[in-house]
Amino acid sequence: MSRTVYDIIGLAAGVAFILALKGLSHPKTARRGNLIGAFGATVATLVVFFYVGPELSLPLNNLGWILGAIAIGLLIGVPAARKVEMTQMPQLVALFNGVGGGAAALVAIVEYLNLGADATTAQVVFTVFTVIVGCVSFSGSIITFMKLQELMTTRPVIFPAGRFIIAATLVSVLGVGGWVVTALGTTPLLILAGLSLLFGILFVLPVGGADVPIVISLLNAFTGLTVAASGYVLDSTLLIIAGTLVGASGTILTRLMADAMGRSLFGTLFGAFTAKPQESSGVAEERPVRSGSADDVAILLNYARRVVIVPGFGLAVAQAQHTVRELADLMISKGIDVAYGIHPVAGRMPGHMNVLLAEANVPYEQLVEMDEVNPTFGQTDVAIVIGANDVVNPAAKTTPGCPIYGMPILEVSNAANIVFLKRSMRPGFAGIENELLYDPKTMLLFGDAKASLTKVVSALKAL
Amino acid sequence: MSDMAILSIFVLSVFVGFEVVSKVSSTLHTPLMSGANAIHGVILVGAIIVADHSETNLELGLSLAAIILATINMVGGFVVTDRMLEMFKGKKK
Repeated sequence: MSRTVYDIIGLAAGVAFILALKGLSHPKTARRGNLIGAFGATVATLVVFFYVGPELSLPLNNLGWILGAIAIGLLIGVPAARKVEMTQMPQLVALFNGVGGGAAALVAIVEYLNLGADATTAQVVFTVFTVIVGCVSFSGSIITFMKLQELMTTRPVIFPAGRFIIAATLVSVLGVGGWVVTALGTTPLLILAGLSLLFGILFVLPVGGADVPIVISLLNAFTGLTVAASGYVLDSTLLIIAGTLVGASGTILTRLMADAMGRSLFGTLFGAFTAKPQESSGVAEERPVRSGSADDVAILLNYARRVVIVPGFGLAVAQAQHTVRELADLMISKGIDVAYGIHPVAGRMPGHMNVLLAEANVPYEQLVEMDEVNPTFGQTDVAIVIGANDVVNPAAKTTPGCPIYGMPILEVSNAANIVFLKRSMRPGFAGIENELLYDPKTMLLFGDAKASLTKVVSALKAL
Repeated sequence: MSDMAILSIFVLSVFVGFEVVSKVSSTLHTPLMSGANAIHGVILVGAIIVADHSETNLELGLSLAAIILATINMVGGFVVTDRMLEMFKGKKK
């Protein structure tokens, strides 16, 4: 295969990626868009095996090893993606992003070792960029994975003089980067990789609960840029196009996500540099709460005219989406007006609740977005909050300085009655106490969301 | 390829990337991020190229590790995105 054919197929794959992103931006075409992207990536990979030229041999050197490594990757990646629970998809995306960043950094390191003294200055600069950003993306994504998987605390990790340590690490990364460009050599490059991995960890540790998805999106854009830089070093137009597209669209997407959550992108990015240790707001307090039984909740619902269901991560964990639909259908059959109040970032990722409820075939028109549902809470008799906490926490409006301050919330406090279905009094993902739990019009029903809902359904049926 | 041509491709790709996702409802943020994530798995192509160039065991070992990671990123990314989007079916009127 000649270089022209190779480049034309690469260009076609680049166009496929544009169509894929375009398709993924609209609900009707999203699935097709993803398939077009997968097709483009497959074709782009296959042509490498059939091209012959000064850059590549035919058949490829080390062909057996290459095919074996791809087989291992398939054996790990496909089952992981197929078997993952709905609740764990966000952290899997974070992990996939991290390994992509790691791959880009490794590619840059190998090509650097291989080029040796033949590398041009521009190639070395791009190699340094890829190693830094790829390593940051790798270690940062691993930390976001651990936070989402709750292998470590979900709260911001802030240590004394943290901002100075982070700033010093960044300065050393840039310094060693400059050293690699001027002095060349394998040792400086490996030191650079190590420092960049450390910086990635330090950069993500201070990020708290609700901001984690924004950081994943940002690291995703970072990885895209490293792929583009590798494309420059390896003289591959396809990698430049694909990487740049992901870098640019990922940046926009990060901003859209930050807007949806009422966060400033700047604040999230540079939170690491400005974060101060905060007074611990999650101290367990001994205050009276009103807890009720499933029967109490059923009676409340039976005499309601309008009920708004506010789902959160607890619903996803308990896999209670089918049970909640059963409850909603039962209430509708009793003539009660039912709507789901969907917070854009309820759960662990934007759109998490829409996906979850769509799985249970909840009619689309019952899902009401935050801006539309908020004015209706005044006419709502009961708001049922199922495993959600931060997205209804009034601290976002009333407590400046708390980690979620400024995030728009679902104003369930305007409803006549509030029912919280919770596992325990533990605060939400962001680790902030919720005043609403102590409100006199709040009733708490403790237990697993699915078990509680099942009891409420049977109690309501019996009435 | 000349550096000028590469710069042109880069700048135009930036604008295309900005343009295609400028209006997306929050429902699709997660699948879109996941799909874009899968697309950068195409670094697999780069990993295969450096595996072909590898002359020492160290280089080969590192590039094979890159191939494994990139394959996980690419194939896993597209599969998990498809699974997310599969759940949207039937929700449309």
